[in-house]
Amino acid sequence: MPIHQLSNSLPIFTSITYLVAAVLFILSLKWLNGPSTARRGVLAGELGMAVAIAGTLVLPSIESFKWIIITLLLGTAVGVPIAVLTPMTAVPQRTALSHSFGGLAVGCVGVAEFFLWHAREPEKLTHFNVGVLCLEVLLGFLTFTGSLMAVAKLQELIPTRPMTYKGQNVINFILLGIAILLGVWLTVDPSQTALFLPFAVMAMIFGVLLILPIGGADMPTVIALLNSYAGLSASAMGFVLNNKMLIIAGTLDGASGFILSVIMCKAMNRSFTNVLFGAFGQVVAKGPDAKEQRSVRSAQAEEAAEILQSCSSVVIVPGYGMAVAQAQHKVRELYDALTKKGVDVKFGIHPVAGRMPGHMNVLLAEADIPYDQLYEMDDINPELPRTDVALIIGANDVTNPAARHDKSSPIYGMPIIDVDKASSVMVIKRSMNSGFAGIDNELYFMDKTLMLFGDAKTFVGDMVKAIAENH
Amino acid sequence: MSSIIENLYIFVLATFLGLEIIRRVSPLLHTPLMSLTNAISAISLVGSIVLLGEQANTLSTVLGAVAVFASMTNVVSGFLLTDRILKMFKKREPKQNANSPAKQ
Repeated sequence: MPIHQLSNSLPIFTSITYLVAAVLFILSLKWLNGPSTARRGVLAGELGMAVAIAGTLVLPSIESFKWIIITLLLGTAVGVPIAVLTPMTAVPQRTALSHSFGGLAVGCVGVAEFFLWHAREPEKLTHFNVGVLCLEVLLGFLTFTGSLMAVAKLQELIPTRPMTYKGQNVINFILLGIAILLGVWLTVDPSQTALFLPFAVMAMIFGVLLILPIGGADMPTVIALLNSYAGLSASAMGFVLNNKMLIIAGTLDGASGFILSVIMCKAMNRSFTNVLFGAFGQVVAKGPDAKEQRSVRSAQAEEAAEILQSCSSVVIVPGYGMAVAQAQHKVRELYDALTKKGVDVKFGIHPVAGRMPGHMNVLLAEADIPYDQLYEMDDINPELPRTDVALIIGANDVTNPAARHDKSSPIYGMPIIDVDKASSVMVIKRSMNSGFAGIDNELYFMDKTLMLFGDAKTFVGDMVKAIAENH
Repeated sequence: MSSIIENLYIFVLATFLGLEIIRRVSPLLHTPLMSLTNAISAISLVGSIVLLGEQANTLSTVLGAVAVFASMTNVVSGFLLTDRILKMFKKREPKQNANSPAKQ
């Protein structure tokens, strides 16, 4: 039985396993909606996968199991260490890598399928089939190389700053244009096999060039977007193989990636086109010499600890700088110490805190901070006017009040955590250097702001010590 | 042709279903959401297995082997990692609430 009949002339047993798998996948995502049922969701997903694999392995078309078993074992041998050893700070890289693998798998199947059709079932070479196949290969290979670039940027194998050159967008559009042209040509005339490999190569090159100009700050959006592409390519593969379960699973993934990238774009007040073609971080035109020396108030750990333990409510706003300084566990100790003193400690999490959607929550959960103390931006903002101290650790732009009122600021319009509405503000920071986007933060110069200069881990550790000695 | 239309129906319905389900996922869990959907979309594994198992010619067998390896890696690491992340999410223990400020 040829591969394209994966669905329409399937043995009844296999069809049923695929149906069951589709239901389990849907339930899996449904149960993920809250922490109490989430692990059940994973179990449902695993079950669905196992059932679908079992249903596939009994197909009569399978001639030999030797290579299937070898590659399945190899995949397991690589997958288990990745899952067990990846540190939580590196989950974004791992996620990008898996998008890359997903794209590669889909692209490979697409290429093989195209040549198999030519070799033995030319009747399958309809315009629709070839068109969808081209879409599958384009999305698959673009995701493959684009995600590898994202991995390299996240792992800092290549510079995280946007890499731009003159006429970049023109070149990108021309490349994409050529790829689409080749795809359309193939769709119109499926017998042009010679065009197929250049088409696949074009998709890969475009993936690299697409990610090249995107800076580190935009990584959460890009990962989500590539997630969507990976899902859609799997869905296209479902069309090519006429397999409905594949369409469902791929589409769910595509929808998820799409929603996450929309959330990320909104959280940065940017459009898709702006993320992909705007090269954020270039807007830093004003030199550091231009700004006048404004005075700031600063304090030592003991003084800050004194203030913190005598107030009644504290909101901690963590940014990725906290994770870079490996300060999560010290922050947890601070949380414990203050809670013991009767201080109400909450965490305010900006959607783009971290390197991928939801990343900061994972980093704090890893440090054993209870998840019911983690508040989203929209939930914490109404609390801030009633808060005694907002403590900012390793975050910058997401707390900059300029986003609300300064129309000339590059981050104007970006939703922020309104830390300036708290009665007082503390900022742990290495120095007065401006943040990732190179924008000055007026928060630091406010009268109610206390700057706490130092390494986040050391400083929080010192505060914990001061509180402990002070009972 | 009819199967194409059928598949388009499935695609459209799955899109709406996906948007509705995913919208309800708490932002708290967006990272595990991404690794779970990743593992689920690695169901392309079934297509790869059939391709590899057919052993039609060298090209398709080699591409099939790459595809099975890549998808299986995603399946295994995706589900295990998601579970590892979710295990870390804990609620505040109730007794911590009872710990009044008076207690040293």
